[in-house]
Amino acid sequence: MATQHSRSAARFMMAPAVILLLGWMLVPLTMTLYFSFKSYLPLRGGDLGWTGFDNYVRFVTSSAFWPSVITTLVIVGGVLVITVCLGILLAMLLDQPMWGQGIVRILVIAPFFVMPTVSALVWKNMFMDPTNGLLSHLWRFFGAEPVAWLSEVPTTSIVMIVSWQWLPFATLILLTAIQSLDSEQLEAAEMDGAPHLSRFFYIILPHLARAITIVVLIQTIFLLSIFAEIFVTTGGAFGTRTLTYLIYQRVLESQNVGLGSAGGVYAIILANIVAIFLMRIVGKNMDA
Amino acid sequence: MGRITLNKVVKRFGEVEVIPPLDLTIEDGEFTVFVGPSGCGKSTLLRLIAGLEDVSSGDITIDGTPATDLPPAKRGLAMVFQSYALYPHMSVRKNIAFPMKMAGLSQEEQEARIKKAADALNLTDYLDRRPGQLSGGQRQRVAIGRAIVREPSAFLFDEPLSNLDAALRVGMRLEISELHERLKTTMIYVTHDQVEAMTMADKIVVLRAGHIEQVGSPLELYRNPRNLFVAGFIGSPKMNLIPGAPAAKHDATHIGIRPEHFRIVESGGTFTGKVIVSEHLGSDTFFHVDVEGVEEAVTIRAGGEVGLRHGDKIHIEPEEGQIHRFDAQGLRIA
Repeated sequence: MATQHSRSAARFMMAPAVILLLGWMLVPLTMTLYFSFKSYLPLRGGDLGWTGFDNYVRFVTSSAFWPSVITTLVIVGGVLVITVCLGILLAMLLDQPMWGQGIVRILVIAPFFVMPTVSALVWKNMFMDPTNGLLSHLWRFFGAEPVAWLSEVPTTSIVMIVSWQWLPFATLILLTAIQSLDSEQLEAAEMDGAPHLSRFFYIILPHLARAITIVVLIQTIFLLSIFAEIFVTTGGAFGTRTLTYLIYQRVLESQNVGLGSAGGVYAIILANIVAIFLMRIVGKNMDA
Repeated sequence: MGRITLNKVVKRFGEVEVIPPLDLTIEDGEFTVFVGPSGCGKSTLLRLIAGLEDVSSGDITIDGTPATDLPPAKRGLAMVFQSYALYPHMSVRKNIAFPMKMAGLSQEEQEARIKKAADALNLTDYLDRRPGQLSGGQRQRVAIGRAIVREPSAFLFDEPLSNLDAALRVGMRLEISELHERLKTTMIYVTHDQVEAMTMADKIVVLRAGHIEQVGSPLELYRNPRNLFVAGFIGSPKMNLIPGAPAAKHDATHIGIRPEHFRIVESGGTFTGKVIVSEHLGSDTFFHVDVEGVEEAVTIRAGGEVGLRHGDKIHIEPEEGQIHRFDAQGLRIA
């Protein structure tokens, strides 16, 4: 029962957290907005005054902008498709009773605990190295020409690395969703004459719909900002420059804080559009 | 049409034998109720017939065709589950249509059968709702509708009323009985509630630990329980089972007398005791009596107007010919 008194006490108690979160969010946001309207080149004269919307126009009209947007979409989309599809399969597999279930589940979750930088380095040096990588040994074992993963198929390689990191997350959420499916529903469908595939498409998949949207929502927000995996592997070369990476290059490599900040504002708007869009899908699912 | 025969059916879960060799025949059009305490294997038996569990040995025949190795869908049976097992993301219409869609029936045929089932079950107004928007009784009817449209050779019910409240349960009991009268299809119904068994069944199968204790019509079981277990299980309130000296007088190890077969007499009587609790139901009164020489309290039924209270002395006399006698093995002495 929330009385007037307990409500104000609650507000008082929550205030530090709220203030901290607001500061955490608002200070960088305001600074980004502030710099985006300035011509600020730290090594080439510093603050050169207000420029209006110049930075915004330059950012989108640069030849690197559209390719970076497309790369971002390809990487995010690719990872989402791979993690959701494999996640569903893995979750169904892990749902089966088997020997050593507990250990297997922990092993499946393990990649999620590895830091992005570390996992990207491990993939780059131990798996994808053209001479010493495990994958090139495998290729040679079958008599094939080893692939120079990060220079020949760089985007695919990054999608593979990031998928490996996010697969546990998708699997975990989907596994809990599958476990909440009433087994009587599956039995009813079996009695109703639905073969395995129909049971999957008519019963299991609709049951997972909500979990899948949640996975897609959360992953999209995080995947839009992947950075370490690109920085460590290709350094943005070979067409792996995402929007996030482009912003980084504008700020640190070209030392143009104003231009980078404008890009940052675009990224914020993009992320919010995605978030609102996905929230509505989730909201619709929640009603049902 | 719907004759189901079980021949030496055995079910084991690992080392545990849940159903020891069991023979049973369910005649076409019969309403058969499996009844027993929880864990007696009645649901397992139903699932064996449905094909949701594989038999460990023995065979099942449905309509004269061997069904032991047939998958559930091919057995021509429809099942109503305890949790109703409706598909939550589909409308009522789609739920009912699902088995027909899987069977590949034409659109017109599907529509016609949905309409017929909806009319019969008063679901016409709810066809476009989701199961989540329906009450318990309505969901139950949708589950039955989904079973009806398949036109199965037999219906299987797995404790379908246990999730409903008492008033609704009585109503649904009547509806299912009425449905059976109308369709004349074989029905197998699992319950732990002996009132449901008594009121609905043509034939009751009493199970204990996977064994069939007795098979018969409700009144046969009431009048001639074959052993102590059936005697104690069928009838409400329970039959009074009295061991010791009173039983020895009748050359038995136990005698059983139903609460409704006692008369209260002014004086004398076979038993004398004190009333512990009296339960007034209006139409009847149940007295729990602490009888001299009998360890457990004896329950007797009297008319609604008998006004005895706690501590009152009471003389009771069993009715002539209503004493069931059981031997040391618990079997009925004829």
